[in-house]
Amino acid sequence: MRKLALNDTILLKIDKPARYIGNEINSVMKDKNNVNVRFAMCFPDVYEIGMSHLGIQILYDMFNQREDVWCERVYSPWPDLDEVMRKEQIPLFALESQDPVKRFDFLGITIQYEMCYTNILQILDLSQIPLRAQERTESDPLVIGGGPCTYNPEPLAPFFDMFYIGEGETVYFALLDAYKENKKNGGSRKDFLKRAALIPGIYVPQFYHPVYAEDGTLQEFQVLESDVPATVQKQVVMDLSDTFYPENPVVPFIKATQDRVVLEVQRGCIRGCRFCQAGMIYRPTRERDIQFLKERASEMLKSTGHEEISLSSLSSSDYSKLPDLVNFLIEECGRMHVNISLPSLRIDAFSLEVMNKVQDIKKSSLTFAPEAGSQRLRDVINKGLTEEVIIDGAGKAFEGGWNKVKLYFMLGLPTETAEDQKAIAHLAENIARRYYEIPKDQRNGKCQINVSTSFFVPKPFTPFQWASMCTREDFLNRAKTVREEIHAQLNQKSIKYNWHEADVTLLEGVLARGDRRIADVVQKAYEDGALFDSWTESFHLAHWQKAFEQCRIDPEFYTIRERSETELFPWDFIDTGVTKAFLLKEWQTALEEKVTPNCRMVCAGCGAASFKGGVCIESKS
Amino acid sequence: MKVRVKFEKLGAMKFIGHLDMMRYFQKAIRRADIDIAYSEGFSPHMIMSFAAPLGVGVTSSAEYFDMELRSVMSSHEMTRRFNHVMADGVRVISVRKIPDGKASKGMSLVAAADYYVEFRDDKVPSCDWQNQLSAFFSQASITILKKTKRSEQEVDIRPWIYELNCEENRIFMKLASGSVQNLKPELVMEAFYRFLNEETQPFSFMIHRQEVYADIGTPDQRKLLSLESLGEEIE
Repeated sequence: MRKLALNDTILLKIDKPARYIGNEINSVMKDKNNVNVRFAMCFPDVYEIGMSHLGIQILYDMFNQREDVWCERVYSPWPDLDEVMRKEQIPLFALESQDPVKRFDFLGITIQYEMCYTNILQILDLSQIPLRAQERTESDPLVIGGGPCTYNPEPLAPFFDMFYIGEGETVYFALLDAYKENKKNGGSRKDFLKRAALIPGIYVPQFYHPVYAEDGTLQEFQVLESDVPATVQKQVVMDLSDTFYPENPVVPFIKATQDRVVLEVQRGCIRGCRFCQAGMIYRPTRERDIQFLKERASEMLKSTGHEEISLSSLSSSDYSKLPDLVNFLIEECGRMHVNISLPSLRIDAFSLEVMNKVQDIKKSSLTFAPEAGSQRLRDVINKGLTEEVIIDGAGKAFEGGWNKVKLYFMLGLPTETAEDQKAIAHLAENIARRYYEIPKDQRNGKCQINVSTSFFVPKPFTPFQWASMCTREDFLNRAKTVREEIHAQLNQKSIKYNWHEADVTLLEGVLARGDRRIADVVQKAYEDGALFDSWTESFHLAHWQKAFEQCRIDPEFYTIRERSETELFPWDFIDTGVTKAFLLKEWQTALEEKVTPNCRMVCAGCGAASFKGGVCIESKS
Repeated sequence: MKVRVKFEKLGAMKFIGHLDMMRYFQKAIRRADIDIAYSEGFSPHMIMSFAAPLGVGVTSSAEYFDMELRSVMSSHEMTRRFNHVMADGVRVISVRKIPDGKASKGMSLVAAADYYVEFRDDKVPSCDWQNQLSAFFSQASITILKKTKRSEQEVDIRPWIYELNCEENRIFMKLASGSVQNLKPELVMEAFYRFLNEETQPFSFMIHRQEVYADIGTPDQRKLLSLESLGEEIE
């Protein structure tokens, strides 16, 4: 039996010891003496969140298919264990072997949201790896980052040896081979990084140097090594039906956030909402073959024993073979007593019919994400959903027995006025009215409309990357306008309203569009005690305020400042395929309140066609 | 048909709590392709019930659950299928047919359990605890202060200790268990520490459950049989 890194006394004292013992079904054990490369794959948040992430499951399976590589998992120790590990100087360990991460060749960290940045420093710190790449020695693991936040890696640049820009399935094996080769030749860490920087998609921040203008904006992004390319190309898998996808995903003992089989039906989104980063960086939209999906679904259900399967994609309704796939799952899952969960479905006749079959109507609710209250503002953000479609969809659902609706909006969008904010309340009211049009004896009690607003954060590589954010007061006033207008509605008792925190949003705004100077702030905040910032109960603004002051950095430079159309952005050295010229054109079209049709209707010439695949080469109907 | 599954839970698996073990077996039943019966209704669930929940940190050689099957295989085949899909530390020992009706309610049958308690290497009492153990057991009554949410109450636990002796460096105890009377080995140890005039230290001993019994005797005369032995092999 394996020896655990933590002794019984510790494990019995902390919450949920199962987070730290490994040994889960389908976790991979190897003999460490028979592999050349040991890779620790980390999701810098608590186990239950990290275990729910599909990307790591894909890479874990892919890496472990290689006999010369052993890939293990690492998650953030919860504060109770964090305290013990610091006090007793226990180095952070990987779940499978329970060996210290610092003895590994690689530490890979997936960076899914900005508010996990201090958790990344916790991982390095507890692993006893120097926080800054420049301070690491030959014996330290190579720290590599991946995931959506690496599309602006600059606020984290000093902490990483490398970033992998794009989808992991493409060049990781080339990187591992280069590592083995370098090790065999007795090459140094620096030798390897130089080689790695030549692999498409690999960004080695220490070979680049930002120069700032007097006004604080980026003037130049210098390349310090001769052969190293000035732009880094995003990596994409062009054939999603002939690539890595786990047949045996790891099954946690404790209930994870996503305690089910996840079937990713496609990558990318044809819709082109102008605030959405995923919709831009994962272009072009590529579907998986339905046969591939059917086979994987059956295999994964059998190998995990999960009682639920969920479809995953940015907009499942746009998957061209959706009815076929869903009918297959209903039949297959019905036989196996497996539930089907269908998030991100457009509410229409088909989805209502499907939901009727797979969900308990009394318990489930309908979800709409109009994102903006008025049609004018929905045109600005290029969200195709109209009020007519929403009312019609809700009406059909109400007649079918549903009585709960969730509505998601953003506040603080470019060009937004008080009228747009009030329109959120009016839309909710109109949905409620539609419900009460149904004769009393035919409806299911009162209706419940839950309105949620989050505050808008402009993201790199979106048409809104030029937009300025609101101040804290401005954000909260907008929420107040919505709240008061909802209270003024006839059916206000059927409408519940909640809004997100403004402080976290503003910080997220700084980290999302920050430059390399922000790294000092992240480190200071961490050293002052910031950790698990994405958890409301552990987020403390004071750590960050102090850090900004100490670093003499004005957060408003990154949030509310107007950016000129010619400004050089810290992330401009990355080539996502979607051109800056297209994004700028979309920004201007947005300000003209005009929509851009989706990729299936007409090609808008974003630039992703250079990858020669997916929706870009489908015949247009 | 109803069957009773006996399994062991060792090593790191002791950190998996009772509810998570139930979830673990729900998934294992699907992986092993055991044809379990489901309840009726909109969200059907597997018909199964676990006996005598085990605390986190305790290992066991005798965990039990009963389940209803739609179609049946041999005991040998079902055991083989289970053990093909188990995590390290969990092993199915037997799958046996049990009579329908009262005997099938595994939980309510439980009357006693055997435990081994072993001191951790650096936590062995310095006194002559082996000899003191028999003196402790030969007391006519052993009172402890039992704390509930509302009150504290003096309770005599002596009647619920059926056997207590020393086996090499371990303490063996047979204790009342189940829904009528349930005595935890930790409470016995607490009383023993007090008897030794030693302070109870947290995490100073390890507990292992060895067997779980039903009582098929009369109110005057106990007759304990392991839950496993109430079932019969399916050929």
